[in-house]
Amino acid sequence: MDMSQYLEVFIDESKEHLQTINEQLLELEKAPEDMSIVNEIFRSAHTLKGMSATMGFEDLANLTHQMENVLDGIRNHKITVTSEILDVVFQAVDHLEAMITSIAEGGDGKRDVEEIVEQLKRIERGESPTELVTEQPSPSSTSLSQTYGEFEYNVLQQSKEQGFFAYEIRVKLRADCLLKAARVFMVFEALNEAGEVIKSNPPVEMLEEEQFDQEFIVTVVSKKSAEELRERIMKVSEIEEVDVVPFDVEERKKASVAEAAKAEAKQQEAATVQTEEKKQQQKQKKGSEPNAATKHSASANKTIRVNIERLDILMNLFEELVIDRGRLEQISRELNHPELHETVERMSRISSDLQNIILNMRMVPVETVFNRFPRMVRQLARELGKKVNLEIIGAETELDRTVIDEIGDPLVHLLRNAIDHGIETPDVRRASGKPEEGTVKLKAYHSGNHVFIEIEDDGAGINRDKVLQKAIDKGVVSKQNAENLTDKQIYELIFAPGFSTADKISDISGRGVGLDVVKSTIESLGGTVTVDSEEGKGSLFSIQLPLTLSIISVLLVEIQQEKYAIPLSSIIETAIIKKEDIFHAHNQQVIDFRGKVVPLVFLKEIFEIPTVAEEEEFVSIVIVRKGEKMAGLVVDSFIGQQEVVLKSLGNYLTSVFAISGATILGDGQVALIIDCNALIK
Amino acid sequence: MATVQESELKVIVFQLKNEEYALPVQFVRSIEKVQHITRVPRTAHYVKGVINLRGVVTPIIDLRERFGFSSVPYSEQTRIIIVALQDIEVGLIVDAASDVLDVPASSIEPPPETIEAVEADYIHGVAKVGKRLLILLNLEKVLGTERRSS
Repeated sequence: MDMSQYLEVFIDESKEHLQTINEQLLELEKAPEDMSIVNEIFRSAHTLKGMSATMGFEDLANLTHQMENVLDGIRNHKITVTSEILDVVFQAVDHLEAMITSIAEGGDGKRDVEEIVEQLKRIERGESPTELVTEQPSPSSTSLSQTYGEFEYNVLQQSKEQGFFAYEIRVKLRADCLLKAARVFMVFEALNEAGEVIKSNPPVEMLEEEQFDQEFIVTVVSKKSAEELRERIMKVSEIEEVDVVPFDVEERKKASVAEAAKAEAKQQEAATVQTEEKKQQQKQKKGSEPNAATKHSASANKTIRVNIERLDILMNLFEELVIDRGRLEQISRELNHPELHETVERMSRISSDLQNIILNMRMVPVETVFNRFPRMVRQLARELGKKVNLEIIGAETELDRTVIDEIGDPLVHLLRNAIDHGIETPDVRRASGKPEEGTVKLKAYHSGNHVFIEIEDDGAGINRDKVLQKAIDKGVVSKQNAENLTDKQIYELIFAPGFSTADKISDISGRGVGLDVVKSTIESLGGTVTVDSEEGKGSLFSIQLPLTLSIISVLLVEIQQEKYAIPLSSIIETAIIKKEDIFHAHNQQVIDFRGKVVPLVFLKEIFEIPTVAEEEEFVSIVIVRKGEKMAGLVVDSFIGQQEVVLKSLGNYLTSVFAISGATILGDGQVALIIDCNALIK
Repeated sequence: MATVQESELKVIVFQLKNEEYALPVQFVRSIEKVQHITRVPRTAHYVKGVINLRGVVTPIIDLRERFGFSSVPYSEQTRIIIVALQDIEVGLIVDAASDVLDVPASSIEPPPETIEAVEADYIHGVAKVGKRLLILLNLEKVLGTERRSS
């Protein structure tokens, strides 16, 4: 037994925690006062530290520890959140990520982190690179007096009426105290025996988690005398000092009201101070609530980790079942036995449900891809000196694992593209009457058997003439052709191989990898990508992806004695037309289909299918599309629609023209799946 | 297995145009009877298509055509030898597959210059076992060269 068996779990969980930290840091930047966020980050960092120390990755533990200290400072209002500080923390997270990746790849997770640790230490000491650290008025210092809310005053008031005295007690633990939380608990227990604790500072939750230095203040109502309380507390070991100060509720209330009034008078000068403080108090209270909330949601949603390989095996087995299901359905049709028929139908229904469940199990929310984008966008915007707000909509939309794994890079590319080429610099935006901050919307949603992912920016849009000129210069289109292109067709030119419109080559998206790579990646997933744009208003890239890659709906067709499958996703409709309705134009046979001229593709000729039967008076046509273009595939007859399992032709037959794969039919025979994209030019 | 010396090669023997050929057993996955083959358009002429081999789509090569022999209709004796070379799995159509033999390594000779019909390239060597003459195939060459679809 060694640690290696835990390594996988460690890596997975570390990644999750880093992800949480990343997300929450971004949140924190938006709401620097929200202590619940800091707590969230702190928790993740703390767990990460513990895990990495257990696993023996010391650099990792060290850096996390240092980061934790800074977070602690923020939480205790010793450090004010600024983007400079966050930059350093982000860098630290980058280092952590690099280390985890190194471990995941079999490395030792060692990394030179001294510099970043030093930076973090400086921040912790309050010297930070840009020295924006201010000492917040810490309530636990000098004055004992606490402030109370309306509710607390009420409680105090009522206790007083019932003969209780109110005390404020400052408890100081010994510096070498080991079990701070335990001592706190014992103090509270002692106090609760003698009276009732109304309030504590820091709050109880923080005390329990040992998130305080050495002292804390509790407000207690009790019938006992101050001295008696003091003695009770001093009985708890490792207590250095106890101050019990009785106070009068009414006086305090008056004082606080007066102070509030004074503050109001001062408001002209220091308008923000009080509200901010209030906010902090609220946030502090809130801080304890999400704690409970997250715990609750975690227990409500039980999950187990399953190796993706096992799911793949399950999927493969199920695919076998689907093939046999097809076979059974065929046999039962042939035999026409009512009972068999009924059973098979029932089995089919059950297996359809099963299919849904298995497919769903492989579904992963696109969130797993999306959640690394805010970081990227933030960094990119800073590098480019642009202001960008990334809006993510529909992150919960689910996609097959295999698609998820592939979709990340194209999306990164499109996002970089939108920020680099789309969103303008703030001064340009101001000049053109737009808000300084550009918006990039990343939106995912389901529609039918597809998932759409859209990337929309409100930037400069695509310059039609510039694109066209470039396309002509680069020989992507000829001048004659260029004149007939619609706007949309021109925009699509940016996906052509060897195309880049940026005036200067930037480090961001001018790496020589064009949008053509994006297009081909998405097409290899069975998806499509389109672009629409309005100059000056922005652009919209839309990606359409299949829900799953392994089981697809097809239309089975027959050509002479051979059967082929055409994916339903590319079919617009089917038609049966008379031979006379076929026209000749430009050496090509075409038909008039709903007012459009659609070229015909004779599969029999393209696939060199041997003729055995005479041709008939009517021809069956499957109208398929690729983007805006259409074609009519000429077949002999339609067999029907079927769910089939997509199989590859293996490693021997690679790149067969216009065949994207194969499937096994109910009768055990193999049918080839037609790749319509290759047939439409 | 104790009697088998290390210098012996276990081979599958099959017939092709009245000659006996042999393939080392470690390449052979199984031997199948001829079943329905789905033609794959626009591939090399010797690629007969694909079959459903227990749920796996497997390409089939007609060895007669691969070697440029005249083709004959498939009979009861015709077999498909499923071979695997690295990550490639392919079925080879042969006239018949007869038996498994141990060939002493010492009896394997390099291919003679003038062996009938089959290009010397595809041949790894020739082995004499008793009175039989076995032609040992070089599977890499048989599958490797010009295997791209035309």
